Amino acid sequence: MSIATPLTTAAAGPDVAAAGPDVAAGGSTRRPAMDSQTPTKPTLRPFVIQPRSGLQIVDLRELYAYRDLFRFLIWRQIKVRYAQSAIGIGWAVIQPLFSMIVFTIIFGRLAGLDSADAPYALFSMAALLPWTYFSNAVTDGVMSLVSEANMLRKVYFPRLLLPLSAVAAKLVDLAIAATLMTLLLVIYRQPPTATIFCLPLAIGSMIVAAAGVSVWLTALAVQYRDIKHALAFLMQLAMYASPVVYSTDIIPSSYRWVYAINPMVGVIETFRASILSSQPMPWDLLLIGTTGGVGLLLTGLMFFRSKEKIFADVA
Amino acid sequence: MNQSIITVEGLTKAYQVGAKEEVPDTLMGAMKSVVTAPVRNWRQLRSMDTGGLATATKPNHVAMSEEPRMLWALNDVSFNVDRGDVVGIIGRNGAGKSTLLKVLSRITEPTGGRAVIRGRISSLLEVGTGFHPELTGRENVYMNGTILGMTKREIDCKFDEIVEFSGVEKFLDTPTKRYSSGMQVRLAFAVAAHLEPEILVIDEVLAVGDMEFQTKCLGKMKDVARGGRTVLFVSHNVGAIEQLCSRVLVVDRGTIVCDDDVATGVAEYRERNTIARPQSDRLVPGLGDSTVFQSAAVVDDLGQVCSSVKVGGRLNVRINIHSPDSVLNPTFGIGIDDMLGQRVLSLHSSANAPPMRTLDGPAEVTMTVPVLPLAPGNYVVKLSLDVAGSEIDYVNDAVRFTIDDGDMFQQGRTFHRGMCVAASSWVAAEAA
Repeated sequence: MSIATPLTTAAAGPDVAAAGPDVAAGGSTRRPAMDSQTPTKPTLRPFVIQPRSGLQIVDLRELYAYRDLFRFLIWRQIKVRYAQSAIGIGWAVIQPLFSMIVFTIIFGRLAGLDSADAPYALFSMAALLPWTYFSNAVTDGVMSLVSEANMLRKVYFPRLLLPLSAVAAKLVDLAIAATLMTLLLVIYRQPPTATIFCLPLAIGSMIVAAAGVSVWLTALAVQYRDIKHALAFLMQLAMYASPVVYSTDIIPSSYRWVYAINPMVGVIETFRASILSSQPMPWDLLLIGTTGGVGLLLTGLMFFRSKEKIFADVA
Repeated sequence: MNQSIITVEGLTKAYQVGAKEEVPDTLMGAMKSVVTAPVRNWRQLRSMDTGGLATATKPNHVAMSEEPRMLWALNDVSFNVDRGDVVGIIGRNGAGKSTLLKVLSRITEPTGGRAVIRGRISSLLEVGTGFHPELTGRENVYMNGTILGMTKREIDCKFDEIVEFSGVEKFLDTPTKRYSSGMQVRLAFAVAAHLEPEILVIDEVLAVGDMEFQTKCLGKMKDVARGGRTVLFVSHNVGAIEQLCSRVLVVDRGTIVCDDDVATGVAEYRERNTIARPQSDRLVPGLGDSTVFQSAAVVDDLGQVCSSVKVGGRLNVRINIHSPDSVLNPTFGIGIDDMLGQRVLSLHSSANAPPMRTLDGPAEVTMTVPVLPLAPGNYVVKLSLDVAGSEIDYVNDAVRFTIDDGDMFQQGRTFHRGMCVAASSWVAAEAA
């Protein structure tokens, strides 16, 4: 703010004057506090609008200024998603539950895939928790900008908030699905061990991965609607490229690190190891995957930033 | 303090205009075009990003460059706005007004040039952005408010005021999809009206809704303008501009052609207003039996071609005719249609005047309506010529003109509503 000290005072001038009637109306004590919360306060520095060039990652201060909008976007997604549906939030349980049942019958019983010493139902459910989250978060995130195209054309806000709010809102679904997991653990009499405390690491890595993929695909989808059509199909392929129905153990160990570049590999295996504790913690997978996820997110943010300026024109 | 609150320097914005579809005329051509379509589409989609355009290709004072697919919506626009200015931006459709607002409100990035903004800016290009039909009125107030840049605390403080202003207290916890469209607009406008930026950017889309709502909008904007705030206001409504603004920017084909006080700016706009086509030469043969009408124009009292008439003012239409044969006792007809094609007025020389003398060779006919009783808007003039009950010539869309809003009977108020205007006198007497 130092550059703008004289300016800031000047800028505050008319606003304070305009606040006159408000003060009379009894808003005097709240007013200064309110102004310090003003989201566009940073723009009191002279704000320059001009063509941007070069790579930038993200304007954190701006994102912070719009934190209330971020909260309301998340709230809106949660509220609107299951509005006017009979089962409502139950859908967050149904999707992983039925996938788990089908996988257990087909891959566990009929195909007899190895489930690393755990009941196949638990084995697949522990993977379906992060996978369902990832797949839904990416799908919603990508759709968010296309479906809010009208908003993009009418008002400015950091566009990044849309895919990120989708990624955040899906955590609610994850929490609900987690109750199903708890229920299964009780049914199978598998109390969690101390490894459960490693779960937050996996969740963090999962959010980074979802945000990374989501930001990349969203930026592409605004301009190329092909992404929208390919998305469901891509997610299906990606599921088989991740250890959802099978265990990473079937991957030859010399290819293990290549396989782990897919950030969901480390996430899923860490979920399993944390919840089921029937296998050792796959630190190597998690480390490689998280590095991959962070890389994806950083490049995604840069790509998003470079595409952001044309969203309103092409959406 | 003497620094401008908005400084715009050489602002330029290019848009890619969709290329014409090529239609293959052979089966092989069609197959080839199907195969090559992805590549073609990809190029076209990519080209929508005009960010990397070299400024070297920037044309001077033309909207379309040599590259036919590039539209320069803004071309080297520069101006300053001082603190407390209320600036009206006028121009015909597609002149670049909205693009200018979009660039200033950061919705879209300019292709070149820069703008410096020294204050908190809020733009209202639409009321109710972010409203979701499934959310309740209360939730939508917060949603819309935060999208417009308010914080939750700010909205908390003003919530009661907003609700009171909107008048939908009873339905606050009802999803807005159950609201009437009028209620939705009122609630949305109530949120917008409680923004307190230093710079307010408003688009003409606010002029939707019924007359009551428009009056309310205008009233609120007057308050804002009087409160010392800086306002940029885009409108087609010359009357509103005259009432609100202290300064006018006239935009035409992407450039600012006039930056002056309201009177000068509005005059300039009227001159350039191409919704009106005040003068036309005969381009197509008549629909009647022969071609007599040569040209027509709306003219002012001094005989100068003009494009607009003040509401309740005098309308003069000048028609030039030329007939190879002498026209015996002609009857001229002028029909005035509104833009929806509805006939609003028919004027006949037989009804209003003694029979015209026989016309021979070139002649000029002027028709005058001393007090034109039509509401502000755009109108189309149609011409017909009858001789002895049969139509000789007919022009379907001869000229167009605009009736501007204004203080028609010096009563200190503008046109309110309806399709026509009339002077009236009122008498009140004690009932017996």
